Amino acid sequence: MILDGKCPTGPIEKTWDKHRFDLKLVNPANKRKYNIIVVGTGLAGGAAAASLGELGYNVQAFCYQDSPRRAHSIAAQGGINAAKAYPNDGDSIYRLFYDTIKGGDFRAREADVWRLAQVSNNIIDQCVAQGVPFARDYAGYLDNRSFGGAQVSRTFFARGQTGQQLLLGAYSALSRQIKAGTVKMFSRREMLDLVVVDGVAKGITCRNLITGELESYAADAVCLCTGGYVNVFYLSTNAMGCSVTANWKAYKKGAYFANPCYTQIHPTCIPQAGDYQSKLTLMSESLRNDGRCWVPKNKADLAKHPDEIPEEARDYYLERKYPSFGNLAPRDIASRAAKEQCDDGRGVGPGGRGVYLDFSTAIKRVGADTIKERYGNLFEMYEKITDENGYKRPMRMYPAPHYSMGGLWVDYNLMSNIPGLFVLGEANFSVHGANRLGASALMQGLADGYFVIPYTIGGYLAGIKPGVVTTANPEFKSSVDDVKGYSKKLLSINGKKTVSEFMRELGGLMWENCGMARTEKSLKANLKKIPALREEFWKNVKVSGANGEFNQDLENAGRTADFLEFGELMCRDALHRNESCGGHFREEYQDQGEAQRDDANFCYVGAWEFKGENKEPELFKEPLKFDNVHLAVRSYK
Amino acid sequence: MSAHNEHKTMTLTLIVWRQKNANDQGKFDTYVAKGITEHHSFLEMLDVVNEDLIKGGKEPIMFDHDCREGICGMCSQVVNGVPHGGQERTTVCQLHMRKFKDGDTIYIEPWRAKAFPIIRDLVTDRSALDTIIQAGGYSSCHTGGVPDGNAILVSKPDADYAMDAAECIGCGACAAACPNSAAMLFTSAKVAQLAVLPQGKPEASERVKNMLDAHKECGFGNCSNHYECQAACPKGINVKFIAKLNREYLKAQFT
Repeated sequence: MILDGKCPTGPIEKTWDKHRFDLKLVNPANKRKYNIIVVGTGLAGGAAAASLGELGYNVQAFCYQDSPRRAHSIAAQGGINAAKAYPNDGDSIYRLFYDTIKGGDFRAREADVWRLAQVSNNIIDQCVAQGVPFARDYAGYLDNRSFGGAQVSRTFFARGQTGQQLLLGAYSALSRQIKAGTVKMFSRREMLDLVVVDGVAKGITCRNLITGELESYAADAVCLCTGGYVNVFYLSTNAMGCSVTANWKAYKKGAYFANPCYTQIHPTCIPQAGDYQSKLTLMSESLRNDGRCWVPKNKADLAKHPDEIPEEARDYYLERKYPSFGNLAPRDIASRAAKEQCDDGRGVGPGGRGVYLDFSTAIKRVGADTIKERYGNLFEMYEKITDENGYKRPMRMYPAPHYSMGGLWVDYNLMSNIPGLFVLGEANFSVHGANRLGASALMQGLADGYFVIPYTIGGYLAGIKPGVVTTANPEFKSSVDDVKGYSKKLLSINGKKTVSEFMRELGGLMWENCGMARTEKSLKANLKKIPALREEFWKNVKVSGANGEFNQDLENAGRTADFLEFGELMCRDALHRNESCGGHFREEYQDQGEAQRDDANFCYVGAWEFKGENKEPELFKEPLKFDNVHLAVRSYK
Repeated sequence: MSAHNEHKTMTLTLIVWRQKNANDQGKFDTYVAKGITEHHSFLEMLDVVNEDLIKGGKEPIMFDHDCREGICGMCSQVVNGVPHGGQERTTVCQLHMRKFKDGDTIYIEPWRAKAFPIIRDLVTDRSALDTIIQAGGYSSCHTGGVPDGNAILVSKPDADYAMDAAECIGCGACAAACPNSAAMLFTSAKVAQLAVLPQGKPEASERVKNMLDAHKECGFGNCSNHYECQAACPKGINVKFIAKLNREYLKAQFT
């Protein structure tokens, strides 16, 4: 089957404006009759819940944390892109659009990316009005910096905590609506099922994490803003609670999962220190504005203190390989280059899995105080974790799983193939193609939440009657029964291995065989090993405690069970895509280490449909057309 | 990912607050943490203990945590009597075991404040902090219909001052450290951020009054200048913001 993204046609510059006009509207007096569920309160969910509440809809918002202010968007450090062109350096909406399409290795939809670039400027205005303390210059104007994959300075930032400040902006707007009564907030709730009535999304089943009770919520539309799935690698930069669960439950109710093999491995993270480690910590890409990546040219120098290695014996490999972008090469390329140096036996630090990120040149040029002002909190964080001083000794970095470009399939209106189910932010697949550029995730989350869904959801709701389905519908009870049975089963196994042991094992398989580089052989191996591990899990996992109580072990068990199924789909997608593009690097398809796309055969979105337990999913394709940007080999040389 | 682990390990005695639910009385239980290296974070040390407990058929110690990089504000433990464990500007998730010695005994408790009822073990209900923000911790702008970002100029010192305040992660350590259980540092950080920015000025009077009313209604005490909050704050939020709050509150009486 060929999927249709329902993208507007005509001149790209007019697509969004025309579409917005064509969308049906809901009369202001009728809006309050419609209920909307928003799951997740990060940038996408927080912004969506606030904006929909402002419009007058009845919103119910959910998050698994104890407060909507804690979603993992908060950890984004470096910045948010916008095509303001304040520095007068040649930026434009068209250039941001072009860079994003190219950065995604020509695997995203043109119309969606255009819209993102167009509304990027509104986001900055909105956040400033909320009181987000963006960096300013001495005249009081907004300041910018550069990020990877762009040759203009279009990134707005709030020290090294841009995600925090943007999220707190959305949280403040959400708080205002909670006070106003338009949004009802449900914290410490985890969505464990999507309720579909006659093929239409009408509600969710949640676990109340405090009491352990299962709760049903009905609505006229459901928005999933539930983030990404890279915790499938066990060690990642995501928060501990990030999971594929909400998306996976929707997939199993019929929503298509698009491009699951597109995962972003971020080049600059603090290397792993031991087996006990629970997560990896990212160091912002903005550091590469001033930090230079290098490894020793000679293996004999590996044991030396970096200061003892003279300039001519250092290999500044990014500057050597990609002279025009240098240290600001895009993430997929910078990560692969780091891996290449380490695979070549020239990696530094424990286990030889690290490259230096060196600030000495920048400190000589602008002084340590300026570097401290720009990145002080990052240097502090680095020192807390490693006990090393980044001002005095180059930091050690290694790539780590960070973001998922794949996600649930959505059309131009952000609606999945299940009517009434909308998917926003990292949880959908729409704009980043096979690789996301730095400072674009915050942009997408807020674009979807503030400036896309408020329009497109109206177009859907205007065509349906409000309140037709309530929690009295038998589908709600059967969903609760299913979830209850599932938890009971998890608790009854009482085996020998802990949930974490299984998750570590799965993460290891995913990282080794479906990580930064993949081969047909490694993926086929995983397609055997993952089902075997899953089978063992359901026979031998030990989950402590009981159902009707606060039980973190049970929460983790459920998330791990879903990852054990999802990991297989990810490998299947990676195996079918016989090309390399962006974050998906198949070793068989390369040109001297550079990704080799196959546009003749793979210029499409691959979306998978669930066909039943232990049955092969079916692949649907949405062809990608490029009318405005020429398909070309992506070069940063 | 390769790992290395040739460090010497530590054995520690943990005395941990265990409480089954809000109605349970709660008590301290003793555990031994073995095989801990200096590179373990404090929470990774607890992960090790919990793995042992689960394998031994016992219930693991429940604690709030999420990002484990010191920014989400979810982690919240009183370690040896000090919220977040006493390392300057550090959340307990970023506290590393190199700050402890082999053989140490460590007391671990939840936040203790009337406004933060205990849910289980080290997990507390901090929704009172959300209630304070809902009372006025925002600039009331509607999505869309706002001026260009550069149409609102903010001097660099004001922007930096606002950012210093805005760094608050809402963990509640200030209230847990305060002898009066006041969340005044938390409240003042939001009041000060918005009071110094032009965007927040029109509502400044209402904001400070409403937020302080909510603070009181939630069951937090008042500030009596002990500055324990600043010492415990993992983001180094300065008590000067409480002075700013007091000034804003006084001003609000005349407007």
